[in-house]
Amino acid sequence: MTNQKHHFDASPVLVEDVVPALRLSLRVKPAHRATLAQALGLDLPARVGARAVANGTEALCLGPDEWLLTAPEGTDLASPARAVYADAPHSLVDISDREVTLRLSGPAVLDLLAACCPRNVAAMPVGTAARTVFDSATVVLWRDGPADFRMDVWRSFAPHVRSLLAQVRQEIAAGL
Amino acid sequence: MLLIHCPYCEDTLPELEFTYAGEAHIARPADPSTLSDEEWRDFLFIRTNARGPHYERWRHVGCGRFFNALRDTVSDRFLMTYKAGLPRPPLTNEAAE
Repeated sequence: MTNQKHHFDASPVLVEDVVPALRLSLRVKPAHRATLAQALGLDLPARVGARAVANGTEALCLGPDEWLLTAPEGTDLASPARAVYADAPHSLVDISDREVTLRLSGPAVLDLLAACCPRNVAAMPVGTAARTVFDSATVVLWRDGPADFRMDVWRSFAPHVRSLLAQVRQEIAAGL
Repeated sequence: MLLIHCPYCEDTLPELEFTYAGEAHIARPADPSTLSDEEWRDFLFIRTNARGPHYERWRHVGCGRFFNALRDTVSDRFLMTYKAGLPRPPLTNEAAE
């Protein structure tokens, strides 16, 4: 695995590995959302797909009671959450190693994603994210820019997803 | 491809993100040990198998939530979707046709 960014690749799509980061799954009832958000010093958006960033920590609302938190490795989010556990019962689970993150970018990235994602990826607003399927593998797709995506893939599905991405990249490069 | 409206995501999304989960509004008996074998069998296995509008459960992979839908089993059209736990909405004239 390489985390180094190469600039010699002139293909219309670039698939790179992202440096591993802390990833936490947070489940809390909507009634206790505000308490926990205050303890973490972070806004927990209520709308599915919305994201909020504070001090390098990012929260993504996956469902009405489910959030995905990402932060640089070494960030301590468990201690402030534990302090308010009595007031806001919740589950905070470290899932850093469950998934690998790929960065997909380049002018043809929408074509690449359209090959395997049934969702209309082009209609996703920049700055949102969604849990969706990539050829039957569940992935979290983050849109960071008009042609800049991140995709969290479960580790065991990664070889399948990588081989599909490589195949579609070849087809795009060949002008198919 | 079918497009299904998820009441939690408030978005209409392709059916590949959804999973069918059987008939809706089947309440588990509060005290199963008091049921006769026939009543327990009916709870476990007997379904309406409707031809036409059918109340059923679906799950969306995006938000991980189960919700209810009213789907016409003849035309495969989704007449409505609504959040789990809400009462069964009445059939409208349009749905009953």
